[in-house]
Amino acid sequence: MADVDETVEDDTAGCREAVERLYFFLDGELTVERRAVIQHHLEACSDCIEAYEFEAELRLAISRGCREPVPESLRARVAQALASESFPPADGHHRA
Amino acid sequence: MADQATFSDSAMGFMPSLYSAALRMTHNPADAEDLVQETYLKAYRAYGSFQEGTNLKAWLYKILTNTFINAYRSKKRRPEQTEIEDVEDLYLYRRLGGLEGATAGRSAEDEVLDLFTEGDIKDAIEALPEQFRLAVLLADVEGFSYKEIANILDIPIGTVMSRLHRGRRALQKTLYEFGRIRGLVGDRDG
Repeated sequence: MADVDETVEDDTAGCREAVERLYFFLDGELTVERRAVIQHHLEACSDCIEAYEFEAELRLAISRGCREPVPESLRARVAQALASESFPPADGHHRA
Repeated sequence: MADQATFSDSAMGFMPSLYSAALRMTHNPADAEDLVQETYLKAYRAYGSFQEGTNLKAWLYKILTNTFINAYRSKKRRPEQTEIEDVEDLYLYRRLGGLEGATAGRSAEDEVLDLFTEGDIKDAIEALPEQFRLAVLLADVEGFSYKEIANILDIPIGTVMSRLHRGRRALQKTLYEFGRIRGLVGDRDG
């Protein structure tokens, strides 16, 4: 992804590594050392940083898109169910 | 050992994320509500075995996921799809590059992410085969670590990584298709 110049081989390898490790980086699953290497590359490579920002932004959109409000009726149902577990009917037929 | 008397205080706060996940798993509100209620009941009954100080959210998710897999998966007629078409890294990003500079002051990425509605995102997640969907939900929506996901789904970490990797790419392909069908993004092959 880097421009062609005399360091193209290093940059290409750096870009390849950055793309390969993108998810591990965003997931916070890299070692400190590995993370620092990628970070160093990103500071110098606008193409890769753009790709990283896109993926991070997409993940936020996915996370936001999946949030749903809890229906009040469900909160009430669960509270009710838990209450009957804690204070079972006196006939002894509740599940222990 | 956790005290049942403290269960509600500790666990009820996780209901929004459990319910959101349950909806993506079951595809409908009635089943999602049943699944969440069942999860809370099971968790309450088993709370004595929960190690206080460990991750309660992950523990609840393990119960949610197991309950879903055992109770709801068996309702399905067709066998679970385990293969998905694989696409290359940065699938969506590389296809949306053509919009760069569309509006001054905003990045092409912002423009593009605005194209996808919450409905698109939910539909794209729900279109993923179950095993990929669960991994993506746990990582991208709930932010669990690979190790936590491995524990929740009871699979090796390597399997978590491969399901996540492929699931995320498949999700990008689906989103791109949604955009293409609606004419929001152009056809770009390769």
